[in-house]
Amino acid sequence: MRVGLLHSLIRPEEKLLIAAFERRGATVVPIDDRDVVFVLGQKPVDVDVVVERSINHSRALHGLRLFESAGIRCVNTAAVATVCGDKLLTSVALQDHGVPQPEVRVAFTEESALRAIEEMGYPVVLKPAVGSWGRLLSKVNDRDAAEAILEHKVVLGSYHHSIFYIQKYVDKRAGRDIRTFVVGDECIAAIYRTSPHWITNTARGGKATVCPVTPEIAAISLAGAKAVGGGVVALDLFETEAGLLVNEINYTMEFKNSIAPTGVDIPGRIADYVLGGGR
Amino acid sequence: MSATVPCPACDAAVPIPADAVVAELLRCRECNTELEIATLDPPTLAEAPTEEEDWGQ
Repeated sequence: MRVGLLHSLIRPEEKLLIAAFERRGATVVPIDDRDVVFVLGQKPVDVDVVVERSINHSRALHGLRLFESAGIRCVNTAAVATVCGDKLLTSVALQDHGVPQPEVRVAFTEESALRAIEEMGYPVVLKPAVGSWGRLLSKVNDRDAAEAILEHKVVLGSYHHSIFYIQKYVDKRAGRDIRTFVVGDECIAAIYRTSPHWITNTARGGKATVCPVTPEIAAISLAGAKAVGGGVVALDLFETEAGLLVNEINYTMEFKNSIAPTGVDIPGRIADYVLGGGR
Repeated sequence: MSATVPCPACDAAVPIPADAVVAELLRCRECNTELEIATLDPPTLAEAPTEEEDWGQ
């Protein structure tokens, strides 16, 4: 099978995936998103499947749609990338499927956003609907901070920073959250991400340790994955007194820091899924 | 021993992995600059693109 790897920079994850596919006898065709040119309806490269690993969400999203239009199976699908790449759309999908998540409110103006925050109560977290690695997240502890951050977003941000996605702040148990990895219909692994900072992303210094995949963790992870369309996704979960909540779902999962603590061959499991016809 | 290529930022010798691929991300151990393998034959390095707003997961 010829596997197209849509990429930007080749990070450790992409090298591990290339090795996993090649060990299974597949031919990996690198597709650099900085070089590729699409003619509508035509395959830009001769591949049987495309595995999306772009760093840029916008290139990933549009590249996937173009590959699909040319009749190429993609992992993940453009539909999954559309939902997961936008926190607002993810929250709507979780709501539609009855998957528990922190309270979320959305507003479109500075004034209505401030009203929403005051109604929710402090602290809240303001997040850009599109964005990753913990960038531009704001924990808002009081009205003074809310007014300042909302004004800054309106004045200094691009237009999509005026779509105010407001999430009730969840105090993390033991300073940690849970990252789970779903491939197809299985939750294959999970880690705790622990940090003294309220942002626990491993890209921001969060420490990864193994988390047992309990039936509760597996169930909410699979429900969340199904809500956004399935495939190969990673979920961030909060532990609360009321049970687990889904915080975010990622469609181009990073996993290099999770292989050693979990002992799970994550790239191998992804390769098996892709070569087995998954999408 | 693997080949080395001068860092485009500080000129320190950067080792190129034996299984290197074009576009692979490396980091200079001297100046900590993120680098990208631009070509393999011969091996050359360029500074990696800077982080953009829609990067990452």
